[in-house]
Amino acid sequence: MKRAITLSEKDNVAVALEEILEGEDVEVTIGGGKIILKALNNIPFGHKISLRRIRRGEKIIKYGEPIGEAVTDIEQGEHVHVHNIKSIFV
Amino acid sequence: MEFMGFLRENGEVGVRNYVAVVPTVGCVNKAVEAIAGRVPGLKPLLHHQGCCMIPSDIEVVERTLIGLGSNPNVAAAIIIGLGCESVSMDRVADGIAREGKPVEALILQEAGGFSKVVAKGVEAARRCLEYAERFRRQAFDLSHLMIGIKCGSSDATSGIASNTAVGLVADKIIDAGGTVIFGEITELIGAEHILVKRAESQVVANQIIKAVNDLENRIRSLGIDVRGSNPTPGNIRGGLSTLEEKSLGAVVKIGRRPINGVLDYGERPRGKGLYMMISPGREMEFLTGPVAGGAQLLIFTTGKGAPQGYPIAPVIKVCGNPDTVKRLSEHIDVDVSGVISGNETLEETAEKIFEKLIKVASGEKTRAEILGYDKTMNIYVRGMIL
Repeated sequence: MKRAITLSEKDNVAVALEEILEGEDVEVTIGGGKIILKALNNIPFGHKISLRRIRRGEKIIKYGEPIGEAVTDIEQGEHVHVHNIKSIFV
Repeated sequence: MEFMGFLRENGEVGVRNYVAVVPTVGCVNKAVEAIAGRVPGLKPLLHHQGCCMIPSDIEVVERTLIGLGSNPNVAAAIIIGLGCESVSMDRVADGIAREGKPVEALILQEAGGFSKVVAKGVEAARRCLEYAERFRRQAFDLSHLMIGIKCGSSDATSGIASNTAVGLVADKIIDAGGTVIFGEITELIGAEHILVKRAESQVVANQIIKAVNDLENRIRSLGIDVRGSNPTPGNIRGGLSTLEEKSLGAVVKIGRRPINGVLDYGERPRGKGLYMMISPGREMEFLTGPVAGGAQLLIFTTGKGAPQGYPIAPVIKVCGNPDTVKRLSEHIDVDVSGVISGNETLEETAEKIFEKLIKVASGEKTRAEILGYDKTMNIYVRGMIL
């Protein structure tokens, strides 16, 4: 089982604590609890994985704050990065 | 919770008991070094400013030197001037003396040169050290603590482990009635909307926006686009997708309490709580800012391992990178890599940092203090060198 962590309970993404490969199960620490989901892509260490389905235009929340918005629909377990989110301000 | 500190005559509490040797201008650094070399226990503040600068920067240097000399960690100060510099030796000496500290002031050109000013400086140092001898550690509550927070040589673990854990510590210090200063305005570009939401008042919100805009405009006037060039390709490889994500990873280390004010560089906060100081990201200039503002301790998060301490304030290095913690262990005070390996929660690592903070405030040496890696410092200037 691979591991990821969320940095605030409001987040809709988690950060990979090790390299995660496509199809692997991931245990995500959210505050005091844990959930398990399946990775849909390879997720390198330090990169983000989606905790749930995120619609195009929806905000990506990390540290409890928006870090950008989805430019496509993102499925649970998908790699969240520059290919599917963009900055709100730049 | 209490720490053991030194009560000064102005009611402030130091965590170290130093005699500082302060040059008004970089030209006398050799004399300052020589005095500090001959009398053990002195702390030289070897900066490179003080002359041939625009008037507003001279003002900043004077305020900063006064702030450093009157920091609660300093029992007494020796000021060394050249004689022809722009910084006013009298204003610096008077400013420190006003805080109830013994100040000895010597001018190289008046003393008759290097050898004579050093001989006089050594005599002054003996008097100041004798005065410092009288202080003994006593118990104080945490409301007497002022902490500066910084990150440096960051990596992908910083935003996950060290900065996030230090944020929890910042909240704890503020909840105990203490004060936290952060700055590194460059790192805040892209996260200013978050900080603005946390401003205690509209006045503070406007000051935050102005501080960030001023810096961004100055950078832009040099043809550099910070927003467009961040995150860097290295950041993106590390998993950061947007500028706001990068900035938030840095901002998380200041915790979640309201921001009570914006300080100019080296300025003292007027109350307790969380303050943003106009300051750059580079450590030798940044660390001086909060210490001149009265901070007795600095917490410094690092990913790849930044070794630097500070002459008159302990710097606690917090690292979440398991590899750095192993390979650069002589530079790391608190290992929070358990967050990455899954052995510790963020809350547990925050508790470790907090315990270390109390121990260091009570006299335990940091890694940088043990190594003597604490000589380099400078003062942030915004204008030209003339």
